[in-house]
Formats: sequence, C-alpha cells, structure tokens
Amino acid sequence: MSLSNAFIAIIRRDLVLAYRRRAEVANPLLFFVLVITLFPLGLGAQTKLLQAMAPGIIWIAALLAAMLSLDSLFRSDFDDGSLEQFILSPHPLSVLILAKIVAHWLVTGLPLLLISPLLAIFLGMPEQSVPVLLWTLLLGTPVLSLIGSIGVALTVGLRRGGMILALLVLPLYIPVLIFAGNAVEMAGSGLPVGAQLNILAAILFAALVLAPLPAAAALKMSMNG
Amino acid sequence: MFLIPDSVGRFFHRMASPPHFYTFTGRLLPWLTAIFIILTAVGLYGGLFLAPADYQQGDSYRIIYIHVPSAWMSLFIYVVMAVAGAIGLVWRIKLAEIVMISSATVGAGFTFIALLTGSLWGKPMWGTWWVWDARLTSELILLFLYLGVIALYGAIDDKRTASRAVAILAIVGVVNIPIIHYSVEWWNTLHQGPTVSKIDKPSIHVSMLIPLLTMAVAFKFYYLVAMLQRARTELIQRERNSQWVKGLIE
Repeated sequence: MSLSNAFIAIIRRDLVLAYRRRAEVANPLLFFVLVITLFPLGLGAQTKLLQAMAPGIIWIAALLAAMLSLDSLFRSDFDDGSLEQFILSPHPLSVLILAKIVAHWLVTGLPLLLISPLLAIFLGMPEQSVPVLLWTLLLGTPVLSLIGSIGVALTVGLRRGGMILALLVLPLYIPVLIFAGNAVEMAGSGLPVGAQLNILAAILFAALVLAPLPAAAALKMSMNG
Repeated sequence: MFLIPDSVGRFFHRMASPPHFYTFTGRLLPWLTAIFIILTAVGLYGGLFLAPADYQQGDSYRIIYIHVPSAWMSLFIYVVMAVAGAIGLVWRIKLAEIVMISSATVGAGFTFIALLTGSLWGKPMWGTWWVWDARLTSELILLFLYLGVIALYGAIDDKRTASRAVAILAIVGVVNIPIIHYSVEWWNTLHQGPTVSKIDKPSIHVSMLIPLLTMAVAFKFYYLVAMLQRARTELIQRERNSQWVKGLIE
C-alpha cells in the first residue's frame, strides 16, 4: 500500500469510527456551546460587555473544547493496539499521525467552526467580524489539534494524564489565541486583519510540517515505556 | 571527533560514566560553591553599597541585582535543558537526561524569583503588583512551561522514559518560546494603553553595570552548584542497585 493510500485509509477509518460513535463526537461541541452560554450567566447580560468580550470568549471556549477532545485522538488506538501496528508499518509514523490529526480535526474542529456563527449572534458580535471569526477558526483550530497531538502523545500512556495534558498544551496555544482573538476584535472595529490572518496561516503551515515529528517520537516513547 | 579536540572528547566521554561524574563533581562542588559565595558577596556589596542610587528610582532599583540575573538565568537554563535533552535523546546518555531534569527545578526557581522580585519592584515603581506587560507575561508563561516539564517528569514512573518525554517537550518548548514571546509582545502593544509607561531606560552606568554582571556570573555558578547537587542525588537514586553506589554506602 502506498503512503498516500495509507494516509487516506486512516482518515476514512477514523471518520467511520467517529460516525459509529456519534454521541462521543457531539460532546466537545456541546461543551463549546455550554461554556459560551455560561459567560452571559456569569457576567450578566450586558450587551456591550458581551459584545466586547465575544472574540475572547469564543476563542477560549474553542481552546478548551479542543483540549478536552484531544484525549480521543490516540486513546482507542492505544487501548486496542492499533498504534503498535502504525509503528510497525513501513510508512513513516509522522505521516500516519498527520492523517489521524486531519481526521480528528474534521470530527472535532470543523463542527466548532460550523456552529460558531450562531454563538457569535448569541453574544451580539458585529456582523462584519463573523467571517473573520470563521477564518481564524479555520486557520487556528487545526493548529490546536496539531500542537495538542504532541501533548497527547506524551501523556497517552499515563492513567491520569488529563491535568498534565492541560499544563503541557495550554501555554503552547497562547500565540493562536492572541492572533485569532485580536483579528476578530480588530474586524469588529473595521480595521484590516490581513496581518493577523497571515500569521495564523504561517503558524498553521509551520505546525503542519513540524508538529507530527515530535508527536511521532513521543508516541514511540509512550509505547515503549 | 574530527571537529572536537581529542582531549575534550575524552573528557566528555569520561564524564558520561556515572561513577566518574559522581566523584569528579564531588571534588568540583566545594570550589564552585566558594566561587559562587565570593562573587555574590562582591556583586551584592558593589550593587548595594558602592553603586550610586538611581536619580529617578532612588534605592529601589537595586533589586535589579537579583531580578535581572534571575530573568537571564530563567531563559538560559531552559535552553540548557533543551540542549541536554536533545543530547540525551540522540546519544541516549543517561547523564544528559539527569542534567536536563535537574536543571528544570532550578530554572523554575529562577523564573519564580524573577517574577517575585519584579512584582516587588513594580509595587513602589508602577503602583501595582502586576501588569500585563509583555515581558512579565512571557516570563509567567515560561514558568508554566517549566512546571509542565516538572509535572510530566513526575507523572511517568519509569525515569528513562520520563526523561525522553521531557526532552521532547523541552525541545518543542524551545521552538515555541520565541513565537510565544513575540506574540505576547505584539498583543501587548495593541492592547495596552499608556496606563503604565515604563521609565525609559537610560544606558546603564558602569558603576551599576559591573555589580550586575558580577551577579549574573555568580548566579551561573549557583545554577551549577544547585544543578549538580540535584544531579548527584538523582544519579545515585537511579543507580541504587549498581555496584559503585553500594560501594559508596560502605
């Protein structure tokens, strides 16, 4: 089987598996919506305040939802031994991991993107920032999955890896949060956002190329240990 | 070994052997400690007594003799940690792993001291303990990166595996630190209004600079002392079943 066939086969397999467990897939999405619903309840329903905070609220909720969904990236493959087969396969592990990350993003990141316009309206975000919000989510959430894959590969062998995963991954998410939140905010005041989106795209491509390598090394380490 | 002189190569080769490392550092530590104490005494005397008071900040600027070297060390040690981790990953040298993890705690300590002294200085100078200034924020994130390293090492029972995990994390961290730093700086210039305008740094006078550099070197020696102490403990703990450690006890 050629590398590209293997790549596509893994994506297809993961998507089928996700489809069979639809309820699990919905959880991060529900979490995302719930967290955003909590903010008006905690802060008071002042339209101005929520409007000003909307980009930050949506992005922090997306960050937390992405982080919570990370565990499912390797968990079942780790438990049933598929990961060992990936490592044994003649293809480079980093490329196979990239396939898993793509599938994982399609299942957990893309739904966040699709539901976010609704939430933007909930929070009274100005109309011209909604497309920018979508752009930042499109460029930013794959980065969350990519960086997260390193953290989850390091902790997949641990019994209580959850809190440590947060400690490892959240500091590395900060640049994405800064540029994405800022772009949406600037768009709200009618300012150009090209620079922020370009930087987000640069981060995405750098992460696409670089992140699978340490993730593969970490995964091998987790399997041996 | 064509790039490295043979004697240097042999030195490192011998240092990679645990018993040799243990006895060698045992002999080295008193000297390092002495140099650290002398340099600290000289640096603090120069900084606290000889250097003139700042014309704007008075005496409260003197905290920089602790604060600035700590901040330098916090970055320096992270890089040392990542380099030691990379060496450990590539050549599987046990001692590189031990140096890496022994550095983490010391580095976290320096980061914490830099934050603490910064906020102690900020209260009289800026009128507040904490501002979301770019450098403060980066330093805080650096502390979280250190704590992540320490937590990950603690969570994995097999220490060789833990060392490899931590090495990967440290290398990822080193790649990310510049990105985080510049994004924070950028965020700061866009968000923060001129509520706290930092006092323009005049070029520092020689009488203030010399104690500062002395303290910086002293802190380097403190790092060596603290790191080697931790490394020695970690080493005999890991090697507790080997002959040479048993020999030490008897």
